[in-house]
Amino acid sequence: MTQQVRIMRGWEWGRPVRPVRREVLDAVPGLDDGRPPLLFVPGFGHGAWAFAEHWLGHAAARGFPAHALSLRGQPGSDPAPEATLRAYAHDVVQVAASLPRQAVLVGHGAGALVVAHALARYPARAAVLVAPVFGGWGTALAALRRNPLGTLPALFGGRLRVSRAQLFGRELPGEDARRHLARLGHPARRAQWQLLFGREPEPAVGDPPVLVLGSPDDRILPGPALTRAARRYGSAPLLFPGMGHDLMLDARWREPVDALLDWLEKEPSRG
Amino acid sequence: MTTSTDHGRSDLESSSLALTRDGRSVSDRGDTVCVIGAGASGLTAIKNLTEHGFGVDCYERETGVGGAWNWRHDRSPVYASTHLISSRPFTQFPDFPMPDDWPDYPHHSQLLSYLERYAEHFDLRRHVWFGTEVVRVEPADGDRWDVTTRSTGGYGPERTSQYAAVVIANGHNWSPKLPDYEGLAEFRGEAMHASSYQDPAQLRGKRVLVVGAGNTGCDIAVEAAQQASRCWHATRRSYWYAPKYVLGRPVDQVNDVLLALRVPRRVRQWLYHLTLRLTVGDLTRFGLARPDHRMLETHPIVNSQLVHYLGHGRITPVPDPVRFHPHSVELADGRRIDPELVVFATGYLPRFDFLDPKILGDDGTVGRPVLWLNAFAPNHPTLAVAGLVQPDSGMFPLSHWQTVLFARLLRSRVTRPGRVAGFAAAVVARAGERYAGPVRDSSRHWFEVGHVDYLRALQRALHDLEAK
Repeated sequence: MTQQVRIMRGWEWGRPVRPVRREVLDAVPGLDDGRPPLLFVPGFGHGAWAFAEHWLGHAAARGFPAHALSLRGQPGSDPAPEATLRAYAHDVVQVAASLPRQAVLVGHGAGALVVAHALARYPARAAVLVAPVFGGWGTALAALRRNPLGTLPALFGGRLRVSRAQLFGRELPGEDARRHLARLGHPARRAQWQLLFGREPEPAVGDPPVLVLGSPDDRILPGPALTRAARRYGSAPLLFPGMGHDLMLDARWREPVDALLDWLEKEPSRG
Repeated sequence: MTTSTDHGRSDLESSSLALTRDGRSVSDRGDTVCVIGAGASGLTAIKNLTEHGFGVDCYERETGVGGAWNWRHDRSPVYASTHLISSRPFTQFPDFPMPDDWPDYPHHSQLLSYLERYAEHFDLRRHVWFGTEVVRVEPADGDRWDVTTRSTGGYGPERTSQYAAVVIANGHNWSPKLPDYEGLAEFRGEAMHASSYQDPAQLRGKRVLVVGAGNTGCDIAVEAAQQASRCWHATRRSYWYAPKYVLGRPVDQVNDVLLALRVPRRVRQWLYHLTLRLTVGDLTRFGLARPDHRMLETHPIVNSQLVHYLGHGRITPVPDPVRFHPHSVELADGRRIDPELVVFATGYLPRFDFLDPKILGDDGTVGRPVLWLNAFAPNHPTLAVAGLVQPDSGMFPLSHWQTVLFARLLRSRVTRPGRVAGFAAAVVARAGERYAGPVRDSSRHWFEVGHVDYLRALQRALHDLEAK
């Protein structure tokens, strides 16, 4: 495989990202049988809590040490109104490198874009992109069409508001949906802006296997964008019809996480 | 893929297959690559080779990883107070950052824990044969290598294994370079090389002469200023002493912001001289000679405290010693001083005892390998030296990219032989190239590299190798 590696990073060497306190929630199996740790990275507006709800415990019950991170500015971590995608990727790489073994990075929504940026800096064991929002105009226009009032201000640096129908399928009880919606926060302005106009992620180092999960009924991520994101990594998305954007909080949350863990169990480890 | 865990088995199966020139049996290790040394450069070699799908056997003479940074190792040059000279972003491996709540300039014990965590994180220890030293490395047919090893200290029988490639990462800061002074043998005081210096207690209450103005010499002079009853600091020539912080930031970070902004070298030199003039001012005031070169033209000495203690009179700068007498030392300006302890911080020499020097392009007279990118030997496409550089910055990123390039070169030997031939031609044509800008040529500067020039050269080599 030929890919251009970037060695020179003068700007990053000269202006390293400022350290912050980061929230990391863990669920670790009682018996360590050497499986790779999972690091879940939430998308914009979410936080580690979104994975702590179901997926962390489930992964640990199946023998995988599971960790979820709140990016800077997300509830639980230090506030960071000026955060950028670079700072978010830095947060992911910092936590991944602090784990005892080479980690599997799992990013959801815009968190998948953060993971893609982090993969250029950290040789993950594998990566899983869940409903990956890689940004660009296509995503913005789709969101605008489905939720004009919530999306329009975000295009001008304001706050992005997402609706229940965008995030969850119909099966999720209204009470749960309301509870989750109430916990949503707001992403940093610059990071939100970079989601639209930012640089493409660089190629991943260490050539990790990548799995892409999504739903054809996702009302934030248009189907072609999902396919495009998967194609970047030479794969096709694994689809879960009937689910909303937040696959980890939806009523049938168990199906995608089981698919993810099954894939990791089958994926032969390197070295 | 072959891994070190089946070493014994493959040895049994293949021991009758081949013999070395002097008739010893050789076990064939197939496509496995041999790495010599499990210090920072060796570890990153193991990691990058396994990441590119190669099996690796690493031989380490000590019983732990970390090489020079492991103070338990008898060849480790670190002393109790050793801190980094380059700040964190320049020191860490590019794909495994140090915790961002660590200080800008971590302590050597933190560096060891970092290397141990790196080995743990990427599961590198299973490739390392600890307590095993390499006795001989000899070229074999088909660009392969016969590597002969034995237990450290010479116990037990030697064994020879044949490898597809070899990475030499045995370090270059362990074999002391001791100057030959007249009368040194008759000197009644204590004389030691900085490699034996461990702890400031060794200096306490004594009259100390520190010889050498490298970073180690300056560090020890500063400790002597705090502990000894008297401290002379002898330097042959005069240097610029960069502070560890300028404009509120680590000095190398400020420099690289200027580099990222493509500020020309002349302007950067001017800015440095201005900064120094505004802070410490004229160094000749302290009795130092005026540097005979501009900033950025010798290996940078980064020490904020030396000037501080010169100003407090705790360090007396003196010229180089010329002759030792039983109870005194005669200096180049004719003065005599009477130290009780002399510490020679006169550096180290790279050594490759296990290898015919001609293989590294050294004809045996100068003792300097002639390599391309300080790593690749002409006509030996499966041999690389990792970490044979004296950068104006941290070492680990350079070793990392050297070994990435080597791993990709080895992989290309199978997939794109045409490109590899071009690379081999470049190695022959460009061996001995230097990457230090207009740096003064002195014995300790022959493998000096500017990190930006050097990494750019590596980047170009990598792109040429992988271009479509």
